[in-house]
Amino acid sequence: MFELLGVPPQALFGQLLLGLINGSFYAILSLGLAVIFGLLNIINFTHGAQYMMGAFVAWMCLNYLGINYWAALLLAPIVVGASGVVIERFLLKRIAHVDHLYGLLLTFGLALIIQGLFRNQYGSSGLPYQIPAELRGGTNLGFMFLPTYRGWVVIASLIVCLATWFMIEKTKLGSYLRAATENPTLTQAFGINVPLLVTLTYGFGVALAAFAGVLAAPIYSVNPNMGADLIIVVFAVVVIGGMGSIMGAIVTGFSLGLVEGLTKVFYPEASATVIFIIMAIVLLVKPAGLFGRAA
Amino acid sequence: MKLRTLLAATALGALMAAPALAQQLSVKIGVLNDRSGLYSDITGEGSVIAARLAVEDFKAAEKGLKVEIVSADHQNKPDVGSTIARQWYDQDGVDVIMDVPTSSVALAINQITREKNKIHINSGAASSDLTGKACSPNTVHWTYDTYALAQGTGGAMVKAGGDSWFFLTADYAFGHALERDTAAVVTKAGGKVLGAVRTPFPGTDFSSFLLQAQASKAKVVGLANAGGDTINSIKQAGEFGIVAGGQKLGGLLVFINDVHALGLQTAQGLVLTESFYWDLNDQTRAWSDRYAKLAGGKKPSMIQAGVYAGLLHYLKAVEATKGKDPAAVMAKMKEMPTDDPLFGKGSVRADGRKMHDMYLFEVKKPSESKGPWDYYKQVAMLKADEAFKPLSESECPLVKK
Repeated sequence: MFELLGVPPQALFGQLLLGLINGSFYAILSLGLAVIFGLLNIINFTHGAQYMMGAFVAWMCLNYLGINYWAALLLAPIVVGASGVVIERFLLKRIAHVDHLYGLLLTFGLALIIQGLFRNQYGSSGLPYQIPAELRGGTNLGFMFLPTYRGWVVIASLIVCLATWFMIEKTKLGSYLRAATENPTLTQAFGINVPLLVTLTYGFGVALAAFAGVLAAPIYSVNPNMGADLIIVVFAVVVIGGMGSIMGAIVTGFSLGLVEGLTKVFYPEASATVIFIIMAIVLLVKPAGLFGRAA
Repeated sequence: MKLRTLLAATALGALMAAPALAQQLSVKIGVLNDRSGLYSDITGEGSVIAARLAVEDFKAAEKGLKVEIVSADHQNKPDVGSTIARQWYDQDGVDVIMDVPTSSVALAINQITREKNKIHINSGAASSDLTGKACSPNTVHWTYDTYALAQGTGGAMVKAGGDSWFFLTADYAFGHALERDTAAVVTKAGGKVLGAVRTPFPGTDFSSFLLQAQASKAKVVGLANAGGDTINSIKQAGEFGIVAGGQKLGGLLVFINDVHALGLQTAQGLVLTESFYWDLNDQTRAWSDRYAKLAGGKKPSMIQAGVYAGLLHYLKAVEATKGKDPAAVMAKMKEMPTDDPLFGKGSVRADGRKMHDMYLFEVKKPSESKGPWDYYKQVAMLKADEAFKPLSESECPLVKK
């Protein structure tokens, strides 16, 4: 704890900013999970694998088809989202009426299969993916060197998160979605195609994961395990924020990134566990999560 | 029902008679490593392929020796590795456990092998404690260790003017050993260690730690980590302008697969220490070509090469002693000089340390490389007795002083 005194304020600002950047990934990923859980009541354990697929599709676009980062940022979520639609139509739909546990097992199994396939094909050390030329370099902020790309990550994820929140909470389409969540039978009775809505929602949640994957490709190692390493933390974020809460997922994602960043300064050894400690405390005090409604 | 009982009894009888019928000697080799996680490219199935090549080259069948190879995934967890090792030794009749990357797992296997009086030939793990204070009469440490890495990369960087260091250390047995051994080299050469940060293993985001390293103003940022951790930290160091800002990166354990994953654009100029590179000479090239055909075009890492050479030496010792009594085979392995196409001539020391030269490589620029896997140029060679810890300084109780 002596280190507390040894950290100058400048270093602290730097770490806070970095925490925010990591929080961006947590936010997008937990947002996708929250959207899926909200409507489908499925705990999507494939999310990490779909994040990884996003990064790999970006790599494939570049190396096989010569498609650059910017196009991949749009294309990869569409491709991976489409694969999510297929999964929902052929697999998840069939177990929609049974217990949560089945969905969890199915998606977990799928994640293992997808990771295994990618590992067989590409190995585990990963693939190189360069930062796009427009975003190379960085700015010296005085208290730290901020790489342009990291700044872009924060902005891009904030935009995507807020747009998603706006779409679900403030638009007509969003109101259908929320209605279908509350009472699917009644919503269908009003002539709204609920099964289609469910399928598209899953596809959208998956596309969010893939979007995060493309954002991550230039800065993290693009390897088949990249999602598995992250997904457990993201689940903790969702639990802390409250299952199914859109704003909860966004706010918790960013703030836990900050907490983790601070831990890395004061007691780095604990930075991998701090989120789980917070999760345990939150579950004790507020079992529905910080933003969740008690069931 | 009766018929079934009779059949079962016959089968059982045949099973019991089998050992008496088999005149030939048989050994069972267990390749225990990471088959799914961050070290699976540098060890994994590649090590099993290397072991098979060793059996093939030894011509075991012609010599009346039956060699069976089994493999398992220890998931980089000491408890998982220990359970598999006990099962192998107690129930499955495994004689030798090979490879075992991840020092924390290797130290556990080292201990179990000693308890069960079997043999462990380690290629994958780095901790110099395996032949230091944790040394065992049943273990040979083949390919490299943290002491040699520190001498190679650490020594070279201090010589080049990098006299102040800050470490990013993977928070487990290996990282601690590598940091300790490198810090010793740095201070001995008159340099200073300004600080270190222990990073959770395995990690994804190293930017916070890199920022601390940047703030320390150390001339060298020593990366006491491996595999995916190294790749992520080098990638992110580039992004945060560590190298552009005048600090040097000391990749203390970098494998060719890591360079492949980083791409030459990012990895160029990196100095690293290895005991094997596929493009060293005609013999290594020929062997690596055979390996690549079986491994989907990938070139072998030094760990996989070490599994091949270690197993070859073990089989020679079994042949020479005409048996597989662990004490006799270990004595033979230490008495007999080693000779194989990949590491050349060498020896196994009393503490279990395999002695061979180490090479200091520099990663080529993209313009210098002829294609995939053509990544290194040799900067220097460290003679075996400079690279590895001298017996006179050894903490190993097996070494008589």
